[in-house]
Amino acid sequence: MTRGAEALPRMASGLAKNLNETATIAIDAVADIVTARQRGREMALRLGFSETESTLIATIISELSRNVVLYAQHGEIRLEASTKSGKRGLVIISHDEGPGIPDVQRAIVGGYSTSGGLGLGLCGVQRMVDELHIDTKIGRGTTITAKKWLS
Amino acid sequence: MDVPVLKQRDYLIASVQAVLTDRDLVVLRDRLVEQVGYYRSIGVILDVTGLDVMDSFSVRTLRDMAHMIRLRGADTVIVGIQPEVAFSMVQLGLSLEGVPTALDLEEGLAYFDNRPKRNHTRLR
Ligand SMILES: Nc1ncnc2c1ncn2[C@@H]1O[C@H](COP(=O)(O)OP(=O)(O)O)[C@@H](O)[C@H]1O
Ligand SMILES: [Mg+2]
Repeated sequence: MTRGAEALPRMASGLAKNLNETATIAIDAVADIVTARQRGREMALRLGFSETESTLIATIISELSRNVVLYAQHGEIRLEASTKSGKRGLVIISHDEGPGIPDVQRAIVGGYSTSGGLGLGLCGVQRMVDELHIDTKIGRGTTITAKKWLS
Repeated sequence: MDVPVLKQRDYLIASVQAVLTDRDLVVLRDRLVEQVGYYRSIGVILDVTGLDVMDSFSVRTLRDMAHMIRLRGADTVIVGIQPEVAFSMVQLGLSLEGVPTALDLEEGLAYFDNRPKRNHTRLR
């Protein structure tokens, strides 16, 4: 009895693991931006995204991970294969414990940069993904979740 | 990642053959701005075929580079932007603004030789 009850969830989680490939890339320096976007591209291609969509996904990861290096110095990018109402997709989560974004609305609209950049990263990312969620607290950090579904 | 730079007649040709970090791109920018003077070149062709992505940082760095080279009296033409990279740039709302582009190296040289085989966008 106990054995059966134990085996079932283990099997289920094993199956789920195949459908839900994940990767976490530590972001501590500019070279990690390249690593993260390359991992993202490979995963996107494996999930069935086209070459063009995979380049788009790599570009999104590049923007998010650069922001981590630039504004928080350290953090991570997490990539998760996901499904939602029968659709497969990729979830990109950038997480840092940096200064937080003071004015999210302004950062999203674009053209606003505190680093002399183009200020087009977040607004571009928002345009390219299907879902974007920004969770940020001043002095605590930022978690950005971007989802892209297979069309 | 070291980017090979070739001198051909009055031009410098730099070919990005592998993925570059932000740091590599800045080093390349500074090197080309300097070498334009060293070789007394009148044009720089930057082949970006090997770039995996063109994001807001790459676009800004290339725009700055072309502007700096212009201030040194030479022109820059960027060649080799791949279709999926072009697609992403448009999606992101990124533009190279006044920086001229051409299909490939051959067209880049044609641009400078003033006998374009195709229609090019010109800086001036
Ligand atoms: N992870 C982050 N932590 C703190 N601030 C951030 C973060 N990401 C973005 N920002 C803020 O949002 C602004 C806009 O970001 P972005 O659109 O990527 O443009 P850019 O990086 O060129 O400034 C940044 O200038 C910065 O002030
Ligand atoms: Mg940015």
